[in-house]
Amino acid sequence: MSGITAYGAYIPRLRLNRLAIYQAMGWFAPALIMVAQGERSMCNFDEDSLTMAVAAARDCLTGMDKRAVDAAYLCSTTLPFADRQNAGIMTTALNLRDDILTADITSSQRAGTTGLIAALDAVRAGSRKQVLLTATDKRLTKPAYFYEMWFGDGAASLLLGDEDVIAEFLGSYSVTHDFVDHYRGADRHYDYMWEERWVREEGYAKFIPQAVQGLLKKLDLTMQDVGKLVFPCLFKAEHRTIAKGLGAAPTQVMDTMHDICGETGAAHPLLMLTAALETAKPGELIVVAGFGQGCDALAFRVTENITKLPPRRGFQGSIADKRTTDNYMKFLKFRDLIQPEMGIRAEAPTQTAMTALWRNRRMLTGLVGGKCRSCETPQFPKQDYCVNPACCAYQSQDDYEFADVPAQILSFTGDLLAVSVDPPAVYGTVQFAGGGRFLADFTDCDAQEVRVGLPVKMAFRRRFTDNERGFAGYFWKAIPQPQPAGAEVAAGKEVK
Amino acid sequence: MMATGIKDKVAILGMGCTRFGERWDMGAEELMVEAFQECLADAGIERKDIQAAWLGHCLEEVGMGKCAAPMGVALRLPHIGITRVENYCATGTEAFRGAVYGVASGAYDICLAMGVEKLKDTGYGGLPNPGSGFGSLFWQWFPNASAPGLFAQIATAYAANHGIADKDLKRSLAHVSAKSHANGALNPKAHLRRPVTIDQILASPIIAYPLGLFDCCGVSDGSACAIVTTPEIARQLGKKDLVSVKAIQLSVSSGYEGSFNEWQGDNFYTAGKCSLAAYKEAGITNPREEVSMLELHDCFSITELVTYEDLHISERGKAWRDVLDGFYDRDGKIPAQIDGGLKCFGHPIGASGLRMIYEMYLQLSGRAGERQLANPRYGLTHNLGGFPHQNVCAITILGGDK
Repeated sequence: MSGITAYGAYIPRLRLNRLAIYQAMGWFAPALIMVAQGERSMCNFDEDSLTMAVAAARDCLTGMDKRAVDAAYLCSTTLPFADRQNAGIMTTALNLRDDILTADITSSQRAGTTGLIAALDAVRAGSRKQVLLTATDKRLTKPAYFYEMWFGDGAASLLLGDEDVIAEFLGSYSVTHDFVDHYRGADRHYDYMWEERWVREEGYAKFIPQAVQGLLKKLDLTMQDVGKLVFPCLFKAEHRTIAKGLGAAPTQVMDTMHDICGETGAAHPLLMLTAALETAKPGELIVVAGFGQGCDALAFRVTENITKLPPRRGFQGSIADKRTTDNYMKFLKFRDLIQPEMGIRAEAPTQTAMTALWRNRRMLTGLVGGKCRSCETPQFPKQDYCVNPACCAYQSQDDYEFADVPAQILSFTGDLLAVSVDPPAVYGTVQFAGGGRFLADFTDCDAQEVRVGLPVKMAFRRRFTDNERGFAGYFWKAIPQPQPAGAEVAAGKEVK
Repeated sequence: MMATGIKDKVAILGMGCTRFGERWDMGAEELMVEAFQECLADAGIERKDIQAAWLGHCLEEVGMGKCAAPMGVALRLPHIGITRVENYCATGTEAFRGAVYGVASGAYDICLAMGVEKLKDTGYGGLPNPGSGFGSLFWQWFPNASAPGLFAQIATAYAANHGIADKDLKRSLAHVSAKSHANGALNPKAHLRRPVTIDQILASPIIAYPLGLFDCCGVSDGSACAIVTTPEIARQLGKKDLVSVKAIQLSVSSGYEGSFNEWQGDNFYTAGKCSLAAYKEAGITNPREEVSMLELHDCFSITELVTYEDLHISERGKAWRDVLDGFYDRDGKIPAQIDGGLKCFGHPIGASGLRMIYEMYLQLSGRAGERQLANPRYGLTHNLGGFPHQNVCAITILGGDK
């Protein structure tokens, strides 16, 4: 049996109240009021498709043996590099094995479902045992646009394999049409959209039924067999109509999360699938479809194993961990859609020495340090001599991953002088349980909530953007985890 | 082991120091000349008598560039050996150390130590952006931190670890700065010469929590230099009231603070070690009783406060109380920053160590004017370059030559 063996999701913590877009730009585009309900997810300034993919994949790999993964596909239309394999950055960040197949699958909103089919076909054929399939998107639009309201940022990740399958893959069916409802030129940041009525009637309303009906017929199933019908559609009414036309009752249809998240591009069918799996019962049939120059449809049968999957944050955990903002200007700045004065101080050189990045890739991209075989001291970074002054052993360290080690704040500041897209720049020394520490940027936090002793979790984030050379540098940041009121925080003294 | 230390092997023949400040009128070269003119006159020698020189210059990207040649050219030194040294904020003391060791080794009779920095050629306030000065790896993972933010780390850890309320620490830090402003007001060469009140300090805007504007030192242009020789030669040249070097020590981080698990983030580990080595070299057994005055590296008020403890003068976790008790005020037991400190005299990085030595030299030879302390015995200067968790600490102790 082959199919899904684990799932993970990531929605950025920040959510933009859609009304804030209307409040700022309604004078210019009054029609925005029609869609100014609910909220959309938005990346922090240091998040992009790649960082979200890493976060979703880490969630997916919770409790799984990641050294057993032998292929990883990254599906998106907004990857940071056009020619530097983004999937390879992701697998380095995840510290997967080097001897695996990796690929970026891109250029269509259907990339997520197409990648999923390719991954499942590989597993089914027996050529790959475990494939990590991650889909992510952070689409840009110009300001004051319906699509700015409708889009969200997010990522989903699935592990496919043929052991301990939680949802058996029954089959897939695809249709391909060069239907240009929108396109993004290779040298452009923004989509160019054709008329919505045509997109709805000639696109969504035709291709999704073609794929779903084709799949059901191929598998000799009917809509009555389906427990959950999962497909994104930007247009709420059309979503309902398509489902109805397919014979699905409202209870069978997964919500598009329009009100709480927005549509996350190539990730969205898989994000919705993740949400479906979180509430699925053994035996339930799930049909998922992804639209984009045609449509892919896949069918899964949930198994008993789903009850044994190690707990994870998942879609529900991610969507619940939110901070809603009405600050539309912040949204624009975070997406580089406005260019406020950053001052001369921001002109610091940012050229990356690729040689140094390569030598230190496990440290920088993977947050891998060392653990001394002589004195067992974990340390970051890994260096030739052990840092324990009583040891100083030579080349005594094995690789030691810090990304998932619990950690606490030893010191911190909120710095208003340092250049930051979101001042104050909050950073401090992070002490890992069992040993290891370094001075780290903090992110996704309110400076007022930061305290010595607070627990932190590490996240892969963009460290800098080199606009002159079109490069982005990545490293890991600490996310403070404010404790519920009344919870005791250990003083710095006890941190060891 | 044969080492006998530096005590009383080298004396100061003369010193010079520019007015520190925003010296829009001068580049690093002209600043060196201003200090050198005073120094030569004070030493009573000619430039041809100088046999070797050490130049301390930290941020060459906004100053004179690399190498010692710009100094040879600016001072018209006649093709003697000059070494440029750089060790962050300990740069000036490093230059002094080189010149002192040059004399102590017997290789030379008379050496020059020069420190200079031109910071106000950047177009913005604060220290110049480190940029590529951090090498090819470091900046790829180190936070884009400012100096106030890095030293603010000490303050948050200190308050948490010693259970000090934010407002108590802030009040103590304010006292540190107010004291230095009062001292700086008496110094015609100081950059900032206006006394400020505790309330003004507490009301100033936050720069990097919990440090506010008045917790940060001035960013200044300036230069200071010293000509050193043996005590014997100094006397032969007619020098009276000799000031001699009692100790020069350096301590540099090993990675212990930043990467091992013991350091608590609320002190300068190097300073604790460095001061003990310096006391030993100088023969000081009870610094709280024997040291008469301090010029500390008060880049930020918290640095000065914690250094009182690292110097083993205040007890751990108690310096903030000593400060509030006035122990380090000009009329206190051990006056600190008598010349205004980095806070008010200013902080042209490469010059700072030598500027501190300049004040000790004036005090010990009874030439400090309005700021003169009564019968100082030992003066201690201290530099701290880098970050709390990875730094260079330099300490010199000076005293009268017996």
